[in-house]
Amino acid sequence: MANASKTPPPANSRAAMQMRLAEKYKDYRHVWVFIEMERGRVHPVSWELLGEGRKLANDLGVELGAVVLGPRCEATKAVIGETYHYGADVCYICEDPLLTDYRNEPYTRALTDLVNKYQPEILLLGATPLGRDLAGAVATTLQTGLTADATELKIAEDKSLAATRPTFGGTLLCTIHTLNHRPQMATVRPRVMAMPEPDRTRHGRMVWHSLRMVEADIVTKVLEFVSDRQSDKANLAYADIVVAGGLGLQSAANLALVQRLAAALGGEWGVTRPLVQKGWAPPERQIGQTGNTIRPRLYIAAGISGAIQHRVGVEGADLIVAINTDPEAKIFDFAHLGVVADAVKVLPALTEAFARRLTSPEPAI
Amino acid sequence: MPEHFDAIVVGAGPSGNAAAYTMGKAGLKVLQIDRGEYPGSKNVQGAILYADALERMIPDFRETAPLERHVIEQRFWITDEKSHTGTHHRNDDFNEERPNRYTILRAQFDRWFSRQVRATGVTLITETTVTELVRNDAGKVIGVLTDREGGALYADVVVLGEGVNGLVGQRSGLRPEIRPDHVALAVKETHFLPEESIRERFNLSNENEGVVIEVLGSVSSGMIGTGFLYTNKESISIGVGCLVKDFAEKQIAPYELLDRFKSHPSVRPLLKGSEMKEYVAHLIPEGGYDAIPDLTGDGWVIVGDAGQFVNAVHREGSNLAMTSGRIAGESIARLKAEGRAFTKANLRLYRDALEDSVVIKDLRKYRKIPRLLKRNRQLFTTYPQIVNRMMQSFLRVDGQDKRAKEAEILRGVKAARGSWFGVAGDLFKVARAWR
Amino acid sequence: MTCAARGIHSVVCIKQVPDSAQIRVHPVTNTIMRQGVPTIINPYDLFALEEALRLRDDYGGTVTVLSMGPPIAEEALRRALGIGADAAVLITDRRFAGSDTLATSFALSKALAKIAEDRPIDIVFTGKQTIDGDTAQVGPGIARRMGLNQLTYVAAIDALDPAKGEITVRRRSEGGVQVLRSKLPCLITMLEETNTLRRGSIQDMLRAARAEIVTWSAEEAGIVDPMQCGLRGSPTVVKRVFAPQPRADRAEMVAVEGKSPSEIGEAILDLVFAEAPKLEADLATRFK
Repeated sequence: MANASKTPPPANSRAAMQMRLAEKYKDYRHVWVFIEMERGRVHPVSWELLGEGRKLANDLGVELGAVVLGPRCEATKAVIGETYHYGADVCYICEDPLLTDYRNEPYTRALTDLVNKYQPEILLLGATPLGRDLAGAVATTLQTGLTADATELKIAEDKSLAATRPTFGGTLLCTIHTLNHRPQMATVRPRVMAMPEPDRTRHGRMVWHSLRMVEADIVTKVLEFVSDRQSDKANLAYADIVVAGGLGLQSAANLALVQRLAAALGGEWGVTRPLVQKGWAPPERQIGQTGNTIRPRLYIAAGISGAIQHRVGVEGADLIVAINTDPEAKIFDFAHLGVVADAVKVLPALTEAFARRLTSPEPAI
Repeated sequence: MPEHFDAIVVGAGPSGNAAAYTMGKAGLKVLQIDRGEYPGSKNVQGAILYADALERMIPDFRETAPLERHVIEQRFWITDEKSHTGTHHRNDDFNEERPNRYTILRAQFDRWFSRQVRATGVTLITETTVTELVRNDAGKVIGVLTDREGGALYADVVVLGEGVNGLVGQRSGLRPEIRPDHVALAVKETHFLPEESIRERFNLSNENEGVVIEVLGSVSSGMIGTGFLYTNKESISIGVGCLVKDFAEKQIAPYELLDRFKSHPSVRPLLKGSEMKEYVAHLIPEGGYDAIPDLTGDGWVIVGDAGQFVNAVHREGSNLAMTSGRIAGESIARLKAEGRAFTKANLRLYRDALEDSVVIKDLRKYRKIPRLLKRNRQLFTTYPQIVNRMMQSFLRVDGQDKRAKEAEILRGVKAARGSWFGVAGDLFKVARAWR
Repeated sequence: MTCAARGIHSVVCIKQVPDSAQIRVHPVTNTIMRQGVPTIINPYDLFALEEALRLRDDYGGTVTVLSMGPPIAEEALRRALGIGADAAVLITDRRFAGSDTLATSFALSKALAKIAEDRPIDIVFTGKQTIDGDTAQVGPGIARRMGLNQLTYVAAIDALDPAKGEITVRRRSEGGVQVLRSKLPCLITMLEETNTLRRGSIQDMLRAARAEIVTWSAEEAGIVDPMQCGLRGSPTVVKRVFAPQPRADRAEMVAVEGKSPSEIGEAILDLVFAEAPKLEADLATRFK
């Protein structure tokens, strides 16, 4: 498809707008990543963002900071140490019992106070329920721009952050800058950026901050946390093998074929959005732009046409195998291996073949 | 307190809109009910708008209605498996100030038409299906029930513009179930194609001129049916339809038929590079005059496709629907103004006016066509092949002398049809049915 | 009058969006073809609307729907009225064009404040996100500006005590659900699939068909400084819109002619493991 932006935008159009930072923003420096930690566990998206943040900080020649908010305990200490392993130069820490469970008010206060004090030029958060709850409140409080669900982050020539995201259902991409406000905020979905390799020899600085709130200040109380007890809870985003089915499966019953192959491979199973809309599978199994983004080592797409909304959710997979009866299906444009056949017939055959190969005493070379 | 209207119109298609518009303009209190999400969402058509019927209600529709291209060229193709022979009429006169035929996109056009209807004061509710008619003890229709809670809605007269399925009419015993040989199933795809490509391929000067192609022959694979291809501003509508009875007997899937049509050597290059945007299927009345049900009763009238007002020969349906709706609206308005009740006897006004109009006149003229087609399937199979083979032979210069060639062609015709009597008989039958 | 006596006043913010499932890109100019694409109420907003209507069922009060958009957004509001909402407000002004989420939450907050002048608002509902913007930012933005307690990703409202002005909700979180208790007035963004949208009655539909939708310009919505709206009030700037570059190479096609399904299965297997030998080794150890 031709690239519409080959010609430069007209001189006085919005797209040609130049950066003209107000005095008060001129000293904003450094790249920050908010570390999403709940009950002692860090959401992996935070590490992915540190990896990406590191690249941005290097491009700008500035520091990478991690922001850790939480209770004062061993778990928090461990997390602080880990932020350096994943690339942070400095960790901004606010430890307070009020931050034990996530609540919008104290977290927004802590993060906005930190930003106002230390003035980072870029602030990144994961696009998770917590991240989105926090980011919108923080951006509005700081009266700055926030680009959601960025799929690519780069530093532009004018040193501003260029955040690219899909638009109009994924059919197009757009690049957004927060030109004249600071910090430039962006959220990124889990698995969109690659997980960096930790360097366990790295160390960094710590900067402490006090919350200065009391419980009485905070209206919302956490009564309890009910963990998901479902044994088959999907962990699609971080699975390294995924088998998914689309409308080509033709019936809900055929989804069992997908699930069986996934089980044979020790992987996860998923579906495209139309199947969720038909009620054949729950929303947490959805793969695609509005569902899970996956980066498995092996992705098998059965009966999936490969529309752009699906593509953006799976492009990061190392090896994509597509099975579809239509030789013109779009999925063959980005899959690595293509099979023009009926998935309903091939899936069982594949399951059997894998089962035989994987349980045979000699691994094939 | 249950609400009472002068008239309730079931359906926001061409006939329902025409009826509602006419009555709304006459100052009647009208409620219109459509089961689609928005007016037009359930309506499907090729689509060609015949301006005349609309002009009689909204003379300046051209200023605001969403129209695709006005038709300046009509092609009529007779196809066999790999070729077509056709006639072709192109006329710059069709570039007149008030063109007579346009291609339209129904969803947009119906929404526009519906806005005009509502501007006359008609109340429209959508996403609501009328489930049955309400009658009083004397059996007169006095209102409708819908699939929403809240009870019945009452009116002096109910106008049924519910389309070819006519379910409400059927369920209420107003009309018989639709026969599979009285209705065709048509499938259509809309293919996006850039305006410049359409202009080039169809030899048009701008984005307003359009071409219509009607197709007969192999396109229906031996069934009674036709195909079509219309140019819209930035898309092509292509479709094929055959009698439902034939589909059932031949066991061919409609989309298969459409796929074959799309890959016909004469059609494929026209669609090259296009992107399919939409696929729809719909039923089209094909029974003609003899299939027309009772159109009036105590407290009700039938308009549009529900009345089988489709001229299969000229592919006219939506304009006849609009005309019937307008005439029904006028008749109802007149009865109301004269303070007369909406009895079956009084509603004869509608039936009589319809008889006087092109709607019944044309249907009566072609009343024998459905039967002719059913008994003469060779019109869809043998003749298209004969014609194409004839032309191929005629056009091939291969060293055979012309006299010998002509003799060979004529032999071919006779052989294909069995005898000269067969051919003559066919010509006679068609001529008689046409008249 | 206490909240208990007058019932709950909910305002549901809805957005009319193009049905993105039907959006196509013009193959030549690369622009979005909006023509003929039907508009719908952002599907996520419908769950918010239904929840507000349920609260009205249980506690009495009113449900107002509010939207910021072009004049045609009135269709979406009318539809919401047909589903059962009591009143509708549209804020529309050419100066709103090009608003990003900061500018949008600004305008909506002003309109909400204006609505509250007539009747105090207890809960502002929004959907989780829109299908055309999908940033999920406007809800939190409104909450911040209006000082409302922010409750996002709500899967269910467990309890509401109008006399005390207290509300208990279940909020989706990573790995589980938080049970939160907060106070009115609050802002709630509802999760999808949390309830089933009702169908309005005939009376709702007739009322909707005839309703005069209150329409406000920026000034009428209480916006004194239009510079905070539209492009001017938007810190984010779209510098480039482009089509995703397709990857250069198509898939390597596995030969299937004349092969049985099990032969095809074997062929795929061989190719997969040829491409990713480490994967084969890892899987083999996993299943030992």
